[in-house]
Amino acid sequence: MALSRDQIAQRVAKELQDGFYVNLGIGIPTLVANFVPKGIDVMLQSENGLLGMGQFPTEDELDADLINAGKQTVTMATGASIFDSAQSFAMIRGGHVDLTVLGAFEVDVNGNIASYMIPGKLIKGMGGAMDLVAGADNIIVTMTHASKHGESKLLTNCSLPLTGKACIKKVLTDLAFIEIKQGKFHLLERAPGVSVEEILKLTAGELVVPEYVPEMQF
Amino acid sequence: MSGFNKVVDSYEEAMAGLTDDMTVVAGGFGLCGIPENLIAEIKRKGIKGLTVVSNNCGVDDFGLGLLLPNRQIRKIVASYVGENAEFERQMMSGELEVELTPQGTLAEKMRAGGAGIPAFYTATGVGTPVAVGKDERKFNGRDYILEEAITGDFAIVKAWKADKFGNLVFRKTARNFNPMAATAGKITVVEVEIIVEPGEIDPDEIHTPGIYVNRLIQGTFEKRIEQRTTRPKGV
Repeated sequence: MALSRDQIAQRVAKELQDGFYVNLGIGIPTLVANFVPKGIDVMLQSENGLLGMGQFPTEDELDADLINAGKQTVTMATGASIFDSAQSFAMIRGGHVDLTVLGAFEVDVNGNIASYMIPGKLIKGMGGAMDLVAGADNIIVTMTHASKHGESKLLTNCSLPLTGKACIKKVLTDLAFIEIKQGKFHLLERAPGVSVEEILKLTAGELVVPEYVPEMQF
Repeated sequence: MSGFNKVVDSYEEAMAGLTDDMTVVAGGFGLCGIPENLIAEIKRKGIKGLTVVSNNCGVDDFGLGLLLPNRQIRKIVASYVGENAEFERQMMSGELEVELTPQGTLAEKMRAGGAGIPAFYTATGVGTPVAVGKDERKFNGRDYILEEAITGDFAIVKAWKADKFGNLVFRKTARNFNPMAATAGKITVVEVEIIVEPGEIDPDEIHTPGIYVNRLIQGTFEKRIEQRTTRPKGV
């Protein structure tokens, strides 16, 4: 069975380590915050200028001056700090964020990522995604493995305009956990009940499959 | 009255001198920390042909979106746009020029502009449409592109509190682009919720020193929320 959005987030959360500063993108990445393993402290960075993002506010706590990068009202966790946008991207660009999780339209075997623009359709902009992929060493891309029409999103070459070049090393889809190295996809894990053949069929770029591919554990 | 007193009495006075075709650098992220009354004053003045530099362009009936129906903005430099229908229509028809700029690069362009640095190298955007036409250079084996700084004829800023000398304190994530925008205007206009006497703000607590501020006005704010997300009590 392909993973649900929550299951993708749950698997990503297993990559969190105690003391990590983490930036979560909009969509599935945001859900990762719901699955932080017990006994682990992470601090969430929101690129509009908040380190230590807390949960949503109650009606009483609601504050128009306190939002996350998705423009949702939030609260601050204990030990949070506030800063301006230049400072925020200094931490991102300067490589100080331990893990970045973001979505994408396409990823290719050379670690290129396309995530911000579909020519001919409405162009909304890259927001902070280009800075995040350029600045972070440890990035996990979350997305569905293929489109609704069965077209692979793991390609030999991205077809859409790039968000970043040669910067992605790990992709977690609804079918598989994949590493990108030496110009190839490498299959690390498969979703429970999903066969290697199924993953191969929906992976357009070259996929290296080891003899044994474990099922994901949650 | 001290020569350092930046307080003006009306929004008309605050935006005096803004004329057609000028560049305006604006603070704010989404609808958070936007200089909402200064934007409304630009709408009232009917200034046209503006180049606006701001992370976003408001929504249909609030923030910078208010300047769209009368075609007051000719060009927008932003990282994320399109939360409103009129914006989409003008962009698709080519009436509105949009220069998409990565968010961190945009913040740094304002910061550099205000700090007298004409350009800087960044890895952000290398190999993407953002890099087209820009100088590229390698440092320590990695590719970088040259991004030019931004300054504006005017900067419009929202802060929480100021003293009359224009020393500013921002509140929570309403800070965002405002401190950089404040440095990047030939004329920087700031609107705040509270104005106090000089000396009443601890100098250690000041986020933006008054040297960057030309005009200061106290306003009342709607502070519209774009995505109202809450949790039930007791969770």
